[in-house]
Amino acid sequence: MSTDVHNNNTHEDHDYTTTGLNHRKMLMWAFLGSDCMFFGALIATYLVYQGKSLVGPYPIDVFDIPVTSVSTFVLLMSSMSMVLAYAALTQNKINGFRIWMASTAIMGATFIGFQVYEFSSFSTFHVDIESCAEQKVKYGKFDDYEAELCSNAKEDHVETHDGLKPQTNLFGTTFYTLTGFHGAHVTLGIVWILSLLFLSYKKGMITPERHLDVDLAALYWHFVDVVWIVIFTVIYLFGVFPFPGS
Amino acid sequence: MSSLPIPVPNIKISRPVNPTGIWSWITTVDHKRIGIMYGITAFILFLSGGIEATIMRLQLAGPELDIVSAAIYNQLFTMHGTTMIFLAIMPLSAAFFNYLIPLQIGARDVAFPRLNAFSYWTFLGGALMLKLSWIGGATDAGWFGYAPLTSIDQNPGKGIDFWILSLQILGVASLGSAFNFIVTIINLRAPGMTWMRLPLFTWMSFITAILLVLAFPVITVALIELTFDRYFAFNFFNVANGGSVVLWQHLFWVFGHPEVYILILPAMGIVSEVLPVFSRKPLFGYATVVLAGAIIAFMGWMVWSHHMFTVGLGPVANTVFTITTMLIAVPTGIKMFNWIGTIWGGSLKLNTPMLFSLGFIAMFLIGGLSGVMHAVSAHDAQQQDTYFVPAHIHYVLFGGAIMAILSGIYFWFPKFSGKMYSEREGKLHFWLMMIGQNVTFFPMHFVGLDGMPRRIYTYAEGMGWDLWNAVATAGVFILIAGFLVMINNLGRHWRNGPTATNDPWDARTLEWSISSPPPHYNFEEIPVVRSLDDWWETKYGTHEKAVPVSGSSDDAHNSDIHMPQPSYWPAVTSLGLFVGGYGIVFNDLLFPYLFAGIGLLITVIGVYAWSLEPVNDPE
Repeated sequence: MSTDVHNNNTHEDHDYTTTGLNHRKMLMWAFLGSDCMFFGALIATYLVYQGKSLVGPYPIDVFDIPVTSVSTFVLLMSSMSMVLAYAALTQNKINGFRIWMASTAIMGATFIGFQVYEFSSFSTFHVDIESCAEQKVKYGKFDDYEAELCSNAKEDHVETHDGLKPQTNLFGTTFYTLTGFHGAHVTLGIVWILSLLFLSYKKGMITPERHLDVDLAALYWHFVDVVWIVIFTVIYLFGVFPFPGS
Repeated sequence: MSSLPIPVPNIKISRPVNPTGIWSWITTVDHKRIGIMYGITAFILFLSGGIEATIMRLQLAGPELDIVSAAIYNQLFTMHGTTMIFLAIMPLSAAFFNYLIPLQIGARDVAFPRLNAFSYWTFLGGALMLKLSWIGGATDAGWFGYAPLTSIDQNPGKGIDFWILSLQILGVASLGSAFNFIVTIINLRAPGMTWMRLPLFTWMSFITAILLVLAFPVITVALIELTFDRYFAFNFFNVANGGSVVLWQHLFWVFGHPEVYILILPAMGIVSEVLPVFSRKPLFGYATVVLAGAIIAFMGWMVWSHHMFTVGLGPVANTVFTITTMLIAVPTGIKMFNWIGTIWGGSLKLNTPMLFSLGFIAMFLIGGLSGVMHAVSAHDAQQQDTYFVPAHIHYVLFGGAIMAILSGIYFWFPKFSGKMYSEREGKLHFWLMMIGQNVTFFPMHFVGLDGMPRRIYTYAEGMGWDLWNAVATAGVFILIAGFLVMINNLGRHWRNGPTATNDPWDARTLEWSISSPPPHYNFEEIPVVRSLDDWWETKYGTHEKAVPVSGSSDDAHNSDIHMPQPSYWPAVTSLGLFVGGYGIVFNDLLFPYLFAGIGLLITVIGVYAWSLEPVNDPE
């Protein structure tokens, strides 16, 4: 392996440490602990305001669980591909590393694509009720948002294209902020992964000896994944299948 | 599959080699230099906060004075609080972290020297941003910025925006330095420096760093929510759309109460270093003091709503938080008894650092007792928003944190300057401080119980508040005299005081085993630690006699010690955050968010250059 390019990482990797653990890995864990509190505060805000929106649309109106399940699955698979990229690097299979890193980035980008689609479809969400009276007869009862629209309407036909915007209600405010910051984390992760992929074309930058550079990105990536599992469960699933009595 | 022919631009990132003059300070990664920069910057900011306080006291010296307008007065108390907490006490503590922790654990530098430099420059940027907001109107919603006082409808000026953005930038600085010190303390302890041999100051700093890492994200989120409300009309604190202003209070104090311990734990660490040295006894109950510090930090998360007793959270919440708040007085009390136990029966030397530490115990006790009074929620209802609360906070933060920090400044002055200060002037400073702070802050208890609200810019005659307000204002001038004595004493002697020996106090911890000031590599050989208070044991104990390390920073024969190299990029990255902060506040200049984008670009360039920078040992 060429050693013409050093950076501080290799320097630090060989330094004495009291515990034998690497400095940078320890810092990464401390950062993730801090990030837990970051998402914890955002999720807490969401939960405090759950069900407190004064007007619709509500979670049950806009969430499309099958679609979000697909994007969740893609994100989870990207974690697996990250593991494979790291494994390939430690076995000095640089092309395998590149393929799996690229696929991780593509899956991450796919997740972001789903999120963009979701945000735009939520924000253009529209309701078209032919006839409030007929609807009532047909289904026996409305959901909250339809009932709200019908009771505020002057005529029998109700149509709205207001959609769910961050300014619409508390659900919009908290939902877009929480998932938006998660999306920003994923985007940062993609930039990081692509940077490593790019650097692997420069001689001596990404080597099995310097696997830690990839290990740290992987740690971050898995963390962002785990946060999404919490968000998907608490915000999406509990939002559509509420606890009995809640 | 063969390697794809992707062109990789070959950008050479250069690293400064032996920079001189101002560049040597801008590019430095030496923890001692960074510590000194932190200390001097924070002390200047402390004086700026003191000037704000002085103007307020002049305005309140008598009834119906008209020195400043109500609007300016609101900005004064907000800026005073924010400055003293985020720009004075925290960075003064950070100065001690930087200078002392590597010396106390037997390391040559911190784990991430460039991150350390980044923390300082980012802190400086945030501090400048906040203080420069005086031009054009500073924030005026109180240091805890309660919603809806900060909403765009109530407060359309730029002051709140500056406050938000500068706190975010300061948060980045604090988090960076907290990560750094956690890793440094875990991972760079010298051989034999086990956890229960760690000097107390390092222990308390470690606990503080953990608190910082966990508490700051919460205020970050609160400030993000406020930003979105102000810039994009989100509904977080918009009551008209169902938002709750109480959510801000919860988020702020979930951060804010651990923050109180972030301010006081390093101070407790300093006092726990000073008392044993000047009592010539080991710290009484070392393990208990460590454990009490950890318990304080843990319980600090369970008491936040005692700031909100009058919000109306209901009797259950108030009772629970009354009990937890009273419980947290127990570990603090344990520390008090341990400090008293340390000086009990010691052969006391009443030098200036010792006097300040003793003053800390007395003043902090008074603040602690009024704290227990607040803890009773029924009693607190009488004190809420009166001057009794500023009286309490000034006894714990001025009588507590600042007294301990001053004790630390005098204690380690010979170490970082290599010179001795004048003991006579130091003692004069101490007595001016003790008299001044009690004259200033004790009368606030009286006017507070008499019902004088805090944060009013003036009051009517005949309320019975005239006398004690006049007394409090007079006390400020005693404090000013004290600080003038200190600046003269330390400033003069730093230049041409008598040379200090390596160990002028006959002290106990590792930093006193090396020369004053320490060479840039700290330890010629990494020490092997054999006990608690290792240096003391080396001098007087059962250890075989070790030869004290002599030598100065000019020693040429140490070329085989590899120290971290200076770097431009931490300062560049910080500059990006600073520009970006201004870019968000002035987001309509030329093109929407143009300067925010430029700031982001500078930051990204800084981060990439930082990660790809080579190590270039000049040797």
